[in-house]
Amino acid sequence: MSSILIIFYFLSAITLAAAFLTIYSKNPIHSAIYLVICFFSIAGHYLLFNAQFLAIVHIIVYSGAIMVLFLFTIMLMNLNKEDEVHKPRITRLGAIVVFIITSIVLITIFINSKTILGDYDVSGEDFQSIRKLGTVLLNEYMVPFEFASILLLVAMIGVVLLSKKEKTEQK
Amino acid sequence: MNNILNQIGIENYIFLSVLLFCIGVFGVLYRRNAIIVFMSIEIMLNAVNLLFVAFSTYHQDAEGQVFVFFSMAVAAAEVAVGLAILVSVYRNLGSIDIDNLKNLKG
Amino acid sequence: METKLALVLLLSPFVGFLFNVFFGKKVSRVVSGVIGTLTVVVSFLLSICFFAQLNLNGKPFEISLFDWIQVSNFKLEFGILLDQLSLLWLLFVTGIGSLIHLYSISYMHDDENMHKFFAYLNLFVFFMITLVIGSNLLVMFIGWEGVGLCSYLLIGFWYKNQSYNDAAKKAFIMNRVGDLGFLIGMFILATMFSTLNYSELKHAVAAGDVNTALLGVAALCLFIGATGKSAQLPLYTWLPDAMAGPTPVSALIHAATMVTAGIFMITRMNFLFDLTPDVQNIIAIVGALTALVAASIGLLQNDIKKVLAYSTVSQLGLMFLALGLGAYTVAVFHVITHAFFKACLFLGSGSVIHGLHGEQDMRKMGGLRKAMPITFWTMMISTLAIAGIFPFAGFWSKDEILMVAFEHNKVLWIVASIASIMTAFYMFRLMYLTFFKEFRGTEEQKHHLHESPSLMTIPLVILAALALVGGAINLPGSMWLNHFMEPILSGEHETHHLGTQEFILMGIALVGAIIGIIWANAKYIKQAFVPKVDSEIVGFNKTIYNKYYVDEFYTFLIVKPINSLANFFRTTLEQALGKVVFSLGTVANGLATEGKKLQNGNIGLYLFAFVIGVCAIISYLFITHTAQ
Repeated sequence: MSSILIIFYFLSAITLAAAFLTIYSKNPIHSAIYLVICFFSIAGHYLLFNAQFLAIVHIIVYSGAIMVLFLFTIMLMNLNKEDEVHKPRITRLGAIVVFIITSIVLITIFINSKTILGDYDVSGEDFQSIRKLGTVLLNEYMVPFEFASILLLVAMIGVVLLSKKEKTEQK
Repeated sequence: MNNILNQIGIENYIFLSVLLFCIGVFGVLYRRNAIIVFMSIEIMLNAVNLLFVAFSTYHQDAEGQVFVFFSMAVAAAEVAVGLAILVSVYRNLGSIDIDNLKNLKG
Repeated sequence: METKLALVLLLSPFVGFLFNVFFGKKVSRVVSGVIGTLTVVVSFLLSICFFAQLNLNGKPFEISLFDWIQVSNFKLEFGILLDQLSLLWLLFVTGIGSLIHLYSISYMHDDENMHKFFAYLNLFVFFMITLVIGSNLLVMFIGWEGVGLCSYLLIGFWYKNQSYNDAAKKAFIMNRVGDLGFLIGMFILATMFSTLNYSELKHAVAAGDVNTALLGVAALCLFIGATGKSAQLPLYTWLPDAMAGPTPVSALIHAATMVTAGIFMITRMNFLFDLTPDVQNIIAIVGALTALVAASIGLLQNDIKKVLAYSTVSQLGLMFLALGLGAYTVAVFHVITHAFFKACLFLGSGSVIHGLHGEQDMRKMGGLRKAMPITFWTMMISTLAIAGIFPFAGFWSKDEILMVAFEHNKVLWIVASIASIMTAFYMFRLMYLTFFKEFRGTEEQKHHLHESPSLMTIPLVILAALALVGGAINLPGSMWLNHFMEPILSGEHETHHLGTQEFILMGIALVGAIIGIIWANAKYIKQAFVPKVDSEIVGFNKTIYNKYYVDEFYTFLIVKPINSLANFFRTTLEQALGKVVFSLGTVANGLATEGKKLQNGNIGLYLFAFVIGVCAIISYLFITHTAQ
């Protein structure tokens, strides 16, 4: 077993365990922390792929921004206490069944669509360095890039509007 | 340089991604707390991103990673707006139990 | 020019109808009556013009107004045919119609709905003209149905009385049963020959190579239609009940015009009936039987109008007997003379009823001879005519019928002779009971006895004069009517030479009539016999008096089953159908209620369904994709 495979298994174990614990833990703050760990492990996966830029961006955006947002919101609503009632038993059973079904369906699909045999091709040229990524992004995908910026602007405005406190009548 | 997939194999990544996605689905259906549901959705998005990057390496193409780029941007926007809505709901109803949001019962 | 005149002839009574419908209430009664009468007089004058023209150049007038139906090879036009037969009918329909309109102005003058009466009368004349001048069977059928409708409207004119309404319905429904036969006959003819035009049918039928069996069926069906309209067995029971209408209606419709429509139709289609001797036999037998049965019922009736009604049925039976023996001109002759004296009799009875302020029972009349002389003498002349006394009109026409019957079938001759003897008897019974001996009514009626106003007596006089001299149109010497009608008859007609046999037959008929008169005289004058009250009539007399219980038989056979069927539908079937229909709604409601549970607002359920749905779609696509 090559060392890369071991690293892969290690990272996968962390990812899956962290994801599962996110869902399973009762305390929302714990869930958030587990999710951060999960994101970090996924960034590790990206590094394995030699997608450096993507890994850094992943850490900055997800762990740095999104999870911080989550934590803010949790603390805003004072959810560190764990007083959540479980869903009805039948629903939980149904969720497990759905989990199994979905995994079977998806794995079957993906495995049955495998068509290659043998070695994976190596083109030799650089396809994912930040230079190449920037070229592709700003040449072919110029329009989606600009739209993404507009999307973020709109989201920002929307969020500000949504979370404004309504002015109450009493002064 | 060698394709990393020569050592790991694409099926492993497919398994990983699918399992992660299904954990996300499980989380959406299992928990009542809206925050945890959102987190599960993030897990699902990440699973998909992972698969995209794996296939980008498979095809030796940058377009998969560009798509991940956009996916992350959209995920960030979505989380922001979703949490804002959640805060509104909390302000109006006092709790974020999704089973309490039954006003559309018909 | 002629087209315009023909159209005016046809539409003039219709204009009268429209006027009376829209403006009748606004003008005074006399004006509405006069307008109604004038429109019919216009038609009468125009028919005289056409008649004169036909006599001059002998060419019938035929035009087609417009193409009506055109379906594959079946073509039907709305056409007018004014030939000898239609002009004869037009003359006496519009002529007697005008007289009766004149009479009605006075008879109905104190009825508040007089304008409606004249509207209906005009509509009737319009439809009768349509019936007569049509150039094909379908236009005739329009008129046929229309006169049935007007008969219904007029019989039930005093609609506030439920029994009158029932009589009107009975008339209409029985007519309708006959109309079904007419329609089927028309359909058969249309299928066989692709035309309903008289001249085209005549050529097609004469062309040979026709299915005589089917032709016989068509002829029989047409005859059934005639049975309904002209009140023969078994569809005759409506005519006596139709006496519920005002007397001018009885005179016009049920004596002179509508009931002769059947005879008109058969004479029109003479070429058809000549080819089906079996049907002709049936017609003759039915006619003779009707004459006998109706005459026998008329022997004991006590309502003056009912006697005349049964007399009409009986005389129509004689006409059908003549038609069935192929003697079309004889039948037409009797139609014309019968129209004269029967209309006179009906109008006279109307005059009597008017003088007695509505009394119609002969047992309460008597001795009116002095009080109503004009009525008495006109009715006497008409009675002599109907009894067949020389030289009145009825003698010639009835005699011809008996002669033709004698030549073809002795049995029918005997039946017809017995009917004629009975006719003489009961007509004179009517005269004796009404006009002779002492008055048997109330004192108050006796004080008010007076002759009717002149508007009522003038038509009586005119009609009586016609009954007196009407025989002239076909006297054995000149035979004008025979010659006149030759062009429209296809078969060979028989001329009667006045040989010894004919004289003997005439003598026998005359003697028979006189025997009837003497017998009536003996019973009602010498014995001063007055018929008993209803409750005292027993035995066979009772059966005859109750019309052989034919009406009750029809009720039992037809009316009751239909009523019970309708009741069944109303109570059972309609409820069941209602339940079935409502159950559909209940089912939909139930389904909706169950389906509503799917939308309980639970986000968890929605997410669940979401995921299951995505899985299902993906697996479906996957399966169908790999199956290729």
